[in-house]
Amino acid sequence: MVVGVKTGRECLDRGGASLGALASGDDRSSLETSMAAPIPLVDYLVLGDEPHLVANECTSCGARFFDRRNACAGCFATDFRKVDVDSSGEVRAFTIVAFAAPGIAVPFVSAIVDCGGTSVRANLLNVTPDPEHVTLGMKVRLTTSSMGVDEAGTEAIGFGYEPA
Amino acid sequence: MASDDIWILGIHMTKFGKHPDKDTVDLAAEATMGALADGGVSMREMGVLAAGNLLGGGIGQQLQKQVGQTGIPVYNVANACATGATAVRVAYMAVKAGECDMGLAVGVEKLAGAGLLAGGSRKEDSKTWTPAGRYGAIAAIDGRIGTETMPGTFAQIGMEYGHRYGGATFELFAKISEKNHAHSTLNPLAAYTKRMSLEEIMNDVMISYPNTRPMCSANCDGAAAAVVVSDAKLKTLSVEQRRRAVKISASILTTDPYEEACQVLPNVNTLTRNAAKQAYEKAGIGPSDLDLVELHDCFATAELVHYDNLMLCPEGGAVDFFNSGATWRDGSTPVNVSGGLESKGHPIAATGIANLWEIATHLRGEAGPRQIEGAKVGLAHVIGLGSACGLHILEKSAA
Repeated sequence: MVVGVKTGRECLDRGGASLGALASGDDRSSLETSMAAPIPLVDYLVLGDEPHLVANECTSCGARFFDRRNACAGCFATDFRKVDVDSSGEVRAFTIVAFAAPGIAVPFVSAIVDCGGTSVRANLLNVTPDPEHVTLGMKVRLTTSSMGVDEAGTEAIGFGYEPA
Repeated sequence: MASDDIWILGIHMTKFGKHPDKDTVDLAAEATMGALADGGVSMREMGVLAAGNLLGGGIGQQLQKQVGQTGIPVYNVANACATGATAVRVAYMAVKAGECDMGLAVGVEKLAGAGLLAGGSRKEDSKTWTPAGRYGAIAAIDGRIGTETMPGTFAQIGMEYGHRYGGATFELFAKISEKNHAHSTLNPLAAYTKRMSLEEIMNDVMISYPNTRPMCSANCDGAAAAVVVSDAKLKTLSVEQRRRAVKISASILTTDPYEEACQVLPNVNTLTRNAAKQAYEKAGIGPSDLDLVELHDCFATAELVHYDNLMLCPEGGAVDFFNSGATWRDGSTPVNVSGGLESKGHPIAATGIANLWEIATHLRGEAGPRQIEGAKVGLAHVIGLGSACGLHILEKSAA
């Protein structure tokens, strides 16, 4: 993260971000016979009947991390357990991103969602991306969305939060 | 008798902007020669060199080949946007430790036309979903799991402050930018010196709400350098050198202590507050004593939260503080009279030395039309995301 500390003043020279194949599910129809199990965008997204996020929780102080730790960043203890993260939450901060990496559809809403005391970064889905429709403190719940299928016919599932 | 104080003897910044005909070594050399001349010394007297060039990597030895090789230790430092401040602190510590009595810190960056840049977890999307990396991600997560772009990250940081305390509207953030662009008109070294109306700022290209383009720091080229000296050595120098020397009353570097959420959205608040507390205590100076502040307005949304973090206002009171006019150059605590990163520009590794140059120039009474009259003490602050906070308090020489 440290190396990527840059600014966006001259980001017009990137032009508008265009829609990439992976951002749409349009090519799914040609591979609809695939029976491969869907794959989550990240390993802390658990799919199934009730999709939810999981975290590594420090058994000593309760600090939660979405990737591995050798020791807790808060208390240095070394034992962790997998815990489910609440799927409902409240928007604590957001931005409406108008310039993004190639392949990412804009505008989209990035938010920090407080899920029962665990902060999660995610996109807001199923909401009009403007300041009239996205507000600080709005209640949201986890939802999933298809990211399309790859050449092997496997569907990828991403997640975000939608108005509750 | 000499104290253990450390002083800035010479300091210089290049014009910030586009320098297509100069490479990073040229710019670093220009800043170095300027700082040495300003201090009335040469490379011969330097006992240590700390050099920062975040995007290009180690530049210290190349700089020596350009301006003078004396065999001294070189520390090539990298600390995100706090790189320049870190270089100063390395030279400061070497002198403070008694390893040498003079040191040189340099920061340089070529960033003009760099475009929108983001975090470190982006990778190319492949044709088959293959989990990789710490999160077992099957695609780049920037843009799919929130944003890692800098304008977006700092937008969320500003919005979070608004969620906590209220009043942080798009218009308010734009007004902060209006102030800094107005200030820049008096700074000939700024990359952009055009005054912009509130309407122009709000109607400019939206980058990441609520940050429009002029509310983002300007990518540009530039360099800055500083010579630091021990009190004992300074006492052997000329009256003129002693008169223009600026005291480093505090030199602080912090990182963020663990708190919930700090690994999800970078917390730029706690480490800045911690640095400010340490600095005020060390300098024996309070926020109300500051005649001017150069703080890290990498985005308009960031400036607001740092009013609070630097304790320029009561906790939660940054919106009212700004609305009172306090941070305009004629206010009670002028902030970013250089134009700030939004106008002066943000050549990353140079920024943390250029803001010291701005403060030092006012303390010396050499800031020309933008001089803050009678300035005796100032604070310079930078944040490198990830995070590192560099903070210096400078005081006018009593000599």
